Amino acid sequence: MESILALTHVDESGSLTKASLEIVTAAAELASRLGASLTMGIVAPDAKTAATTPAPAGARLLAVTGEAFAQARYASDAAACEALCRAAQATIVLAPTGSRFARVLAGVAYRLGGVIDTHLTAIGGAESVEATRWFYRQRIEGILSREARPWFLLLEAGTHAAFTADSADAQVEQVPVELPALRTTVSGLRAPAQGAQTIRPDAKLLFVAGAGWTKKQSDGKVHAAEAGELILGFLRLAGASLGSSKSLVDQGGDGQPVLPFLTHMNQIGQTGATPRHAKGLSTCCHGEEPHVVGWRFIGERRAISLDPNCGWTRGKADVVYVADAFEVMAKLNGLLDAHKG
Amino acid sequence: MGNALHVVVCAGTVPDPLQTLEPITGPNGPGVKNEMMLPAVLDPWAASALYEAANLVARNPGSKVWLVSLGSKAKLQQVMMAVAQKVSFELVPIDGPIGGFTDAHATAAVLAEAIAALPGLNRERLLLFGGWESATRGAGVTLQLVGERLGIIDQFQGVDQIEFREDGSFEVLERVEGGKHQASVCMGTPAVLGWATGNLAEPRNNPQTGMANMRTIMPALQKAKPAALQADGLHYISVALPKQHRTTRIEKDMTPDAIARELVEWIGAE
Repeated sequence: MESILALTHVDESGSLTKASLEIVTAAAELASRLGASLTMGIVAPDAKTAATTPAPAGARLLAVTGEAFAQARYASDAAACEALCRAAQATIVLAPTGSRFARVLAGVAYRLGGVIDTHLTAIGGAESVEATRWFYRQRIEGILSREARPWFLLLEAGTHAAFTADSADAQVEQVPVELPALRTTVSGLRAPAQGAQTIRPDAKLLFVAGAGWTKKQSDGKVHAAEAGELILGFLRLAGASLGSSKSLVDQGGDGQPVLPFLTHMNQIGQTGATPRHAKGLSTCCHGEEPHVVGWRFIGERRAISLDPNCGWTRGKADVVYVADAFEVMAKLNGLLDAHKG
Repeated sequence: MGNALHVVVCAGTVPDPLQTLEPITGPNGPGVKNEMMLPAVLDPWAASALYEAANLVARNPGSKVWLVSLGSKAKLQQVMMAVAQKVSFELVPIDGPIGGFTDAHATAAVLAEAIAALPGLNRERLLLFGGWESATRGAGVTLQLVGERLGIIDQFQGVDQIEFREDGSFEVLERVEGGKHQASVCMGTPAVLGWATGNLAEPRNNPQTGMANMRTIMPALQKAKPAALQADGLHYISVALPKQHRTTRIEKDMTPDAIARELVEWIGAE
């Protein structure tokens, strides 16, 4: 019989992260389907937080607590997760694919002689466990299973509803951890200088700027400054998140005209983010990156392009406007401004 | 800085991102149709790691870069013709299967074994570099597994910057949620760094660097050790292209005013 462990951690506020709560839901569903035992493991800086964590009825509750676990760091987090897994004697470990656990759980799987799969979008199967994930940067979808145990399954955020329940009445078992010498100190979080313009998951709309913004326009001249004003104006008025194609970001290094507020943090596609916004508007983009790879999880998609025959938008975007993005965005900003006023 | 570094970069080859990929299932499991015929490039995030490694080594006299790459010899040779012109390194090729459907655990075992056997490598000065995720499997676990096998417990993923200090410690910026970086200070090597894009542009081709690299790359390729990867209980139930296909409305004759009005309505709609 399988034994399932839901690995979770708290955020700066002391509450379980939303992704962790989704994992609790996924683990409870899987345990119910397989008739497996369920354990919940918590990494938290203090015991009080762990004691008030909501947990599924009947689940065993394990916690690793201590000041060392307030920081997301490989050596301490790996030791904490290893201790929780050993205490739970789990055959299947579910965890969120956030930066904290994604950094350490492959190492933990190795320590336990197990295996790991990440970026899972679904866990199915009738009597077995079948994991769904993407390959080749969201181009090919595969379903796989493994015989080896323990099997670590890291689920993407948004695949399950967040677990909700009253604070747990279950007894929390503290799991001791033997920490190695810690050579790394986390000094904090830093927002990039252009923080307001990086990809923000909370925005409803993703605006994608392509390399066409900095190419010669119909008058034979480059209008990079005007492009920057139009884009920043739109972001401010629409509350949109800003993504960019790789070619536009790379231009800075090649000495070509650039939009100064763009960094690699804005990049989407093969070497960038694959954001999940409800809507996406691409402008001056040409190529597979923005329209296929970077847009895989965008709900409604529209594009403004001068190329009526761009094969990458066909079948990928809902609407393609064949028009000059400079003219359209100027009009659009005017209308949005008037609406706000 | 007086820190002589031994930087080992793990990097695979991947199909050129502009190629259309079609999955097939053969006797050895799933793969990509005509994969050997598709033009290949160095894995993009791993390429960032290589450029950062070269930049670091250039600023630290006595340092060295190894590029450890698992892949078919033919593909490696093709990719090296381009990569060798960018920066100086010593290639350590391993002749074996690579792609999205090979098992990361088996890949990591082969890479760790090759790195542990590198002549002249000082493991106390080791910085193990690579892409934080590949453009094939994209699991983000191989480098971690290699690091664990080599006993390295200071690991960083999604790295965009490393800055060395006089005392040999270094600060690392890692990508975390919300478009932010987590800043950490590590007391020194050894460490594992899985790179995101970093901050460096792709170096320009330098034919002299290419010629110097190729003198050692070609013999290394000829002597590349073969490696067989075990599936180790991994089964693929299905592998397919996503079925989603949209009916695209193409508007060729709308005025900018009309487009803007339609977009305002669309943006505002719940």
